[in-house]
Amino acid sequence: MYRTTDILTSSTSGDMVINVGPQHPATHGVLHLVITLNGETIKKIEPHLGYIHRSIEKMCESLTYRQFIYVTSRMDYLSAHINNHACALCVEKGLQIEVPPRAQVVRVILDELTRIASHELWWGAMAMDLGAFTPFFHAFREREMINEIMEETCGARLTMNYIVPGGVMMDIHPNFQKKIKEFIVLYKQKINEYHELVTGNVIFENRMKNIGTLTAEQVISYGCSGPVARGSGVKSDIRKLYPYEIYDKLDFEEALETGGDSYARYLIRMREMEQSIKIIEQLVDNIPDGDFQAKTKAVLKLPKGEFYTSVETARGELGVYIVSEGGTTPYRIKFRSPGFSNLSILNDMVKGGKIGDLIAAMGTLDLVIPDIDR
Amino acid sequence: MWSFSNIANEIHTWLSSQLPPIWATIVEMVIAGVAVIGLFAILGLVLVIMERKVAAWIQIRLGPNRVGPKGMFQSMADTVKLLVKEGMTPNGADKLMFNVAPFIAMIVAMLLMAPIGFAKDFQLWDLNIGVLYITAISSISVIGILMAGWASNNKYSLLGAMRSGAQIVSYELSAGLAILTIIVLTGSLQLSDIVQAQADGWWIFKGHLPVIIAFLIFITAVTAETNRAPFDLAEAESELTAGFHTEYSGMKFALFFLAEYINVFIVCAIGATLFLGGWMPFHIGNWEGFNHVMDYIPSSVWFFGKTFFLIFVIMWFRWTFPRLRIDQLLNLEWKYLLPISMINLLLVTLIAILGWHF
Repeated sequence: MYRTTDILTSSTSGDMVINVGPQHPATHGVLHLVITLNGETIKKIEPHLGYIHRSIEKMCESLTYRQFIYVTSRMDYLSAHINNHACALCVEKGLQIEVPPRAQVVRVILDELTRIASHELWWGAMAMDLGAFTPFFHAFREREMINEIMEETCGARLTMNYIVPGGVMMDIHPNFQKKIKEFIVLYKQKINEYHELVTGNVIFENRMKNIGTLTAEQVISYGCSGPVARGSGVKSDIRKLYPYEIYDKLDFEEALETGGDSYARYLIRMREMEQSIKIIEQLVDNIPDGDFQAKTKAVLKLPKGEFYTSVETARGELGVYIVSEGGTTPYRIKFRSPGFSNLSILNDMVKGGKIGDLIAAMGTLDLVIPDIDR
Repeated sequence: MWSFSNIANEIHTWLSSQLPPIWATIVEMVIAGVAVIGLFAILGLVLVIMERKVAAWIQIRLGPNRVGPKGMFQSMADTVKLLVKEGMTPNGADKLMFNVAPFIAMIVAMLLMAPIGFAKDFQLWDLNIGVLYITAISSISVIGILMAGWASNNKYSLLGAMRSGAQIVSYELSAGLAILTIIVLTGSLQLSDIVQAQADGWWIFKGHLPVIIAFLIFITAVTAETNRAPFDLAEAESELTAGFHTEYSGMKFALFFLAEYINVFIVCAIGATLFLGGWMPFHIGNWEGFNHVMDYIPSSVWFFGKTFFLIFVIMWFRWTFPRLRIDQLLNLEWKYLLPISMINLLLVTLIAILGWHF
């Protein structure tokens, strides 16, 4: 845990040691950063974790394969649906369940909606880190529409719990397609507003360009994934590399930038939202008829062995690793969360920068603390 | 015509008839002092509710709408809450400095009220070095902020105060140079003279491009001087929680808060006086009918209209722009605004000497 030198005392060399968090407006949760400062310049950053550790992995060991999915909604609560998806995929892989096409399409549509909602929230929160409050409210206007779609179909707005092994829990709401089309029309107008308000702003560009630059080597060696890796030009989209569900049949691009700075990561996420819209457009009129859930046994028992699946969440690669002894509950579960690897690169990213850079660069990592601590 | 000067004159005549001259003057001073404090409180309340409503409008929200009609009494309710709150002094703080700092911020804001002409012939103190007085007094506010930051015994406060010191001291230069352009054109430091010189047209219209540039520089610099976004580094809440007033609570916090809004009002009032003609109505050349109609609007309405327009612009900045970084902030001042305003001042001097302005 804490080393003797760092927490509340200044070190002997005359540097200022400052605690950012666990309660701080910029950490978006209970992240604790111990920062060593020389004036305004950052010399070292040490993240301290564990403030919201709920031992989800241990809890999963005493829950059945149907039950443990619901706990995972609480990990990365901004892409709860995708977490559920990863767990369901892993169980389906173990049991070799064939998921009906209708369920696959609905799952993918909701995945992409979740991704957009998560990126919207990130966009607003990051602008707020930079001191602009207005984008937050504009982002929430569109996010609210996604939440309404979720509410109608899944029955919940944040922790969806809609996916079960073998398909989805129930059929989609009659308004599902209509509302999504309305959302797409509105969103395509509003994305221009976003670019006008934030992307083209001179102050914003100065704050983002050439800040927190990461090389491809650094990104790979820290195991970063998602937009953080793609911002440095590393192809890491699980949807392209190891396609699951119907992603290999869909027409979309993996957003890639080579800058490696905060601005590149920003652009990646903005482009990902557009790609998600493109995916939803392809699918929303082509939801096949049929069952929404495969026939499965009442009690699921995974065969003895080890199973791993990974999906692309809004933050990067989420891996689910299940060790089964053949019983109704997993022997061991390990989640490979994207946030943890992305946070670990923070020190390399902003060392030598100013305090303002730290906040701006940390905003582009899109950290969700319950995802890091689990 | 209903105007402040008539009221002031009537009070003066009545007091002179009732009391010996020395007592009449003293009573007038007391009335003026009470009026300033009253104006101070009302302005604070109005500006806070205005800021919240402007923010709500920009952010597609409703804003405060529970206390009173359309939430108009929200800031009064907030004031009552702040008044009855416990004023904490943290352990390890320098108690004297900690408790004095908010009053310094407040006193500076109050002193700055004195030379501003609110309406025709309605000015508390028309001293002959009015502009110099304003620039001199406004520099003192940094002391209050530095004291608050240092005495709080909090690292965030210290960082905020440090930033604020660097920022206010540097931006004063270009604000001062922008003010100088008008002094060069007018040839007087007295605010009433400056307003009178704009009787046939405001300086922003009469002074060609250089005065417009000076006006833009002035608005930028005073936004920075009053620690408003996008230059609110002193309290940058996403970086330093609340900057120099992190440790303040209750009425001591409210004094800082009020002083900030009053400072915004004052710099906007000065901007309106110097560049937009103060209480002078808007006239267009030979359009006699139009000018006559404009004269019917009371001078106080002109003054407050211009001032609140500038305040709205500064609020608009706050809710639109992201915040600058400290080095970018200082670069903007020393590398761009200061050289530009110096060259600009030379140009204006040339215009003034050659008489090229209208």
